[in-house]
Amino acid sequence: MNNVIIIGSGPAGLTAAITCAQKGLEVSVIDEYMKPGGRLLGQLYEQPDGSWWNGINESKKLFQQAVNLGVQFYLETPVFNIEKKDSLWVVYTDKETFQTTNLLLATGAAEAPVPIPGWTLPGVMSIGAAQIMTNVHRVKPGNRGLIIGINVLSSAIAMELKLAGVDIACLALPKNNQITHESAHPKKVLDSLLHVAHMAPSTFVKLGSKLMKNNFMKELGVTFYPRNGVKMWDIPIQLKKAVIEIYGEQEVEGVTIASISSKGEVIEGSEENIAVDFVCIAGGLYPLAELAALTGCPFHYIEELGGYVPLHNEQMMTPVEGLFVAGNITGIEGAKVAAAQGKIAGLSIAKRSGKHQLDEDLKDAVQQGADTRKNAYIQFHPEVDSGRRRIQEEWEEYLVNNTVQFF
Amino acid sequence: MTLRVTDHPILGKLEKKKAVTFTFNDKQYTGYEDESLAAALLANEIRTLRHHEESGSSRGIYCNIGHCFECRVSINGKQGVRACLTPLKGNMIVESHGKLPTPVRDWRSSDE
Repeated sequence: MNNVIIIGSGPAGLTAAITCAQKGLEVSVIDEYMKPGGRLLGQLYEQPDGSWWNGINESKKLFQQAVNLGVQFYLETPVFNIEKKDSLWVVYTDKETFQTTNLLLATGAAEAPVPIPGWTLPGVMSIGAAQIMTNVHRVKPGNRGLIIGINVLSSAIAMELKLAGVDIACLALPKNNQITHESAHPKKVLDSLLHVAHMAPSTFVKLGSKLMKNNFMKELGVTFYPRNGVKMWDIPIQLKKAVIEIYGEQEVEGVTIASISSKGEVIEGSEENIAVDFVCIAGGLYPLAELAALTGCPFHYIEELGGYVPLHNEQMMTPVEGLFVAGNITGIEGAKVAAAQGKIAGLSIAKRSGKHQLDEDLKDAVQQGADTRKNAYIQFHPEVDSGRRRIQEEWEEYLVNNTVQFF
Repeated sequence: MTLRVTDHPILGKLEKKKAVTFTFNDKQYTGYEDESLAAALLANEIRTLRHHEESGSSRGIYCNIGHCFECRVSINGKQGVRACLTPLKGNMIVESHGKLPTPVRDWRSSDE
């Protein structure tokens, strides 16, 4: 018997485990991956103060701290079902079945694919796959690649690939179709790209982030965007080129790319082939929340949070008694925010388990979470704050019509 | 040219790990113990992990963290195992799945 089971050993799950264990709870963490750390493992970037955020080291530190506090880890253990029997959660895994009074889902995020002709060829992978291969397993995804999709994640990982000595032909947009719409529209992409501009040493993008505050300037920016792209970390960013097709007999041999208008329409006759041995698709992240759906927890679609999220309040409780959520399952944000949410969830769980005098701690932790969000180096969605407000409003509305068993 | 990142400007030198041998479709390869099978195969420049059950088209890793199931292979006789989530062990026998006979199809034209 456990006081708490945490599914997911990323920054949210590990921090929650540490917090619960510090309060004297029996904690088990389950994760299907072979190493603890989740998406934190792959992260590697230079912070404003010049130091490097090294996800592998950060993961190791959190894991070690949890182990020292007596947290039990079950890695390489996929969870395939959860259900509630009487007042206990039953967690079914490939290896054994667990029971617990409190269940925290910290399952993180998954990558949205962008279907493009040729995308099932071996050598085509998600941008996160290339990141894990390169930084965690230390195997390059190939010698020369091209990245489809220009967003916060792909720009950051392009730089990481470059650091490891991987040649990146360019970042380009996907061809405009019913599925890709906004991610294939140069102006919309430029909008979101401005949020990573502070990470780029290129004067064009840096200046742009200050100059292009209003729509008129953005229109101008896209219209006069250099045909050959601008460079970030010496990698061409092609806002006015789209990938039409990935080609290859059995595996990736190259991509066909074409110039597009500022509205995203392909300019006929501008097609050219670029030889590469791998292609990354960066369609953005969405909350990985299937396990929450199994519990009957209500969901809401909130674009600013990355998609459907289980209903929860700022103390990381769901309306389902004994079910808590933390990290990217609640909305797409950086690792530091996820960790801050893990701490909140841990304190909420300790409170539900009968530990006293946690109200002040909980209040401080919620405030700390908000501060972390405000100071985040990478913002996945510029309007994430309003997304967070909306889910809180949904929660309050839910309380009007339903009774929720709190602590 | 090796795909192994032996020296990284921030992450440093690759730590020494135990080399083990394994087979993939009856050919012998070398990888590091406990690295992911998907990584070991890629380091040997193997990208095609299986052929689609119905179409026979070649497939490789896609998400690399267990979500997409594109990298499923057979390991020591057990089918449908995700290469990206499997730590490599010495003497592992890894095999690709191939195209299967399709039980549901339109027989009318070919059976006439």
